[in-house]
Amino acid sequence: MSQIRLLVGTRKGAFVITSDGKRQNWDIVGPHFGGWEIYHLKGSPVDPNRIYVSQTSSWFGQIVQRSDDGGKTWDPPGTKPEDLMGPDGMPKGQSNMFVYDGEVGTHKWYDGTQRPWEFKRIWHLEPSLNDPNTVYAGAEDAALFKTTDGGRTWKELPGLRHAKGQLWQPGAGGMCLHTIVFDRSNPERITVAISAAGVFRSDDGGKTWRPINRGLKSQYELPDPDAEVGHCVHCITMHPSRSNVLFMQKHWDVMRSDDAGESWHEISGNLPTDFGFPIAVNTNEPETIYVVPIKSDSEHYPPDGKLRVYRSRTGGREWEALTKGLPQRDCYVNILRDAMTVDSLDPCGLYFGTTGGQVYASANNGDSWTHIARDLPPVLSVEVQTLA
Amino acid sequence: MIRVVLPAHLRTLARVKGEVQLEVKDPVTPRAILDALETRYPMLRGTMRDRGTLKRRAFVRFFACEQDLSNESPDDLVPEAVATGAEPFLIVGAMAGG
Repeated sequence: MSQIRLLVGTRKGAFVITSDGKRQNWDIVGPHFGGWEIYHLKGSPVDPNRIYVSQTSSWFGQIVQRSDDGGKTWDPPGTKPEDLMGPDGMPKGQSNMFVYDGEVGTHKWYDGTQRPWEFKRIWHLEPSLNDPNTVYAGAEDAALFKTTDGGRTWKELPGLRHAKGQLWQPGAGGMCLHTIVFDRSNPERITVAISAAGVFRSDDGGKTWRPINRGLKSQYELPDPDAEVGHCVHCITMHPSRSNVLFMQKHWDVMRSDDAGESWHEISGNLPTDFGFPIAVNTNEPETIYVVPIKSDSEHYPPDGKLRVYRSRTGGREWEALTKGLPQRDCYVNILRDAMTVDSLDPCGLYFGTTGGQVYASANNGDSWTHIARDLPPVLSVEVQTLA
Repeated sequence: MIRVVLPAHLRTLARVKGEVQLEVKDPVTPRAILDALETRYPMLRGTMRDRGTLKRRAFVRFFACEQDLSNESPDDLVPEAVATGAEPFLIVGAMAGG
């Protein structure tokens, strides 16, 4: 029988939550890295026991951890004596060395002046679809890094910041690269999203990039609502079988592209509010998508105190509220951009975590939900592995 | 032998318990102590000072002999009692409350 392994990052550590394929009984192990902010954990698609972790702290900075045994043990890559050796005979310990390539350059600051890029943390780790040693990392200040040696060393893909980087400006949450999407039909194509710069695409494996934000409108956030860059994109997702179709939760607006991001159109339809953070697509139904509407950009909680996932089975525009098992009164949590995911079983399982420390699961396409963790620290990210 | 006390999170990261003892050649300065510490425990690189500039991270403090050395030059000599091992060099996470 299949097994499900959830990788949950929180403000105060990581948790690994497991179940069999029935997805009824769950076992929570953690916290790993207690006291540290765990922005993201993600396993390799080709070696599920290889899991990468972004561990950060305002005090002690960035750490990358790696497990080769499905989360039982962890090490910062490259710190074992048998790993890379420096001239002094000791491991180099470069797994947390994220250095911008060449001239650091500048981006737009809050006051309109230019400010040098400054590394703060890794928001998102995206392991390669075909090599467990290759991982891409999305940074704040926004940049894309890549390792090809299992996380021992990282190099920036600097072409991204040449895509009008001088015009990028942080939003209130910082200037972070938070979404990395690979195209299974075209290994050279990578799509990333940055707050608050927009969506960017490379068609040559990450060497060169261009903004792909045509159709996005930010009339309340930008002086030019149709600007080429500057849009606060919160999350994008793609069904693995349809690489030309992208779904986006923007700051305001839920959007869709049918041409790999060349153009976008709005699909917010009858949502009670089109502000939100995560967006997910059903594994078995490429036109079935999910969002969690949040009241507004200053009120980061669900409208009316009701936690509702909204599902569209028509690829957008027509949405239905999914409420069974979710709190329908006095609920004022948020669901962050990396905190919702889907498994690969049929019917599709969905999972999301809240800033109140709850993790909810559905084993039936979202029709009903149960909480599988209730009192964790605020949840920053949820990823799922469907294990054979 | 120089004695170094790490904050709890860095002890966990370095997988040590209690004080760390290090050989540090003269002159014994904060920079020399941190260099020796990071050589012995490479997983600590970047956690106490910036990887590029080697400037102390804002929320990390260096104390010794009831003195705050955080804002002194990293190339100043540490107090004699630290250099002789009579007193430890304390690396501390700055206070945070709510």
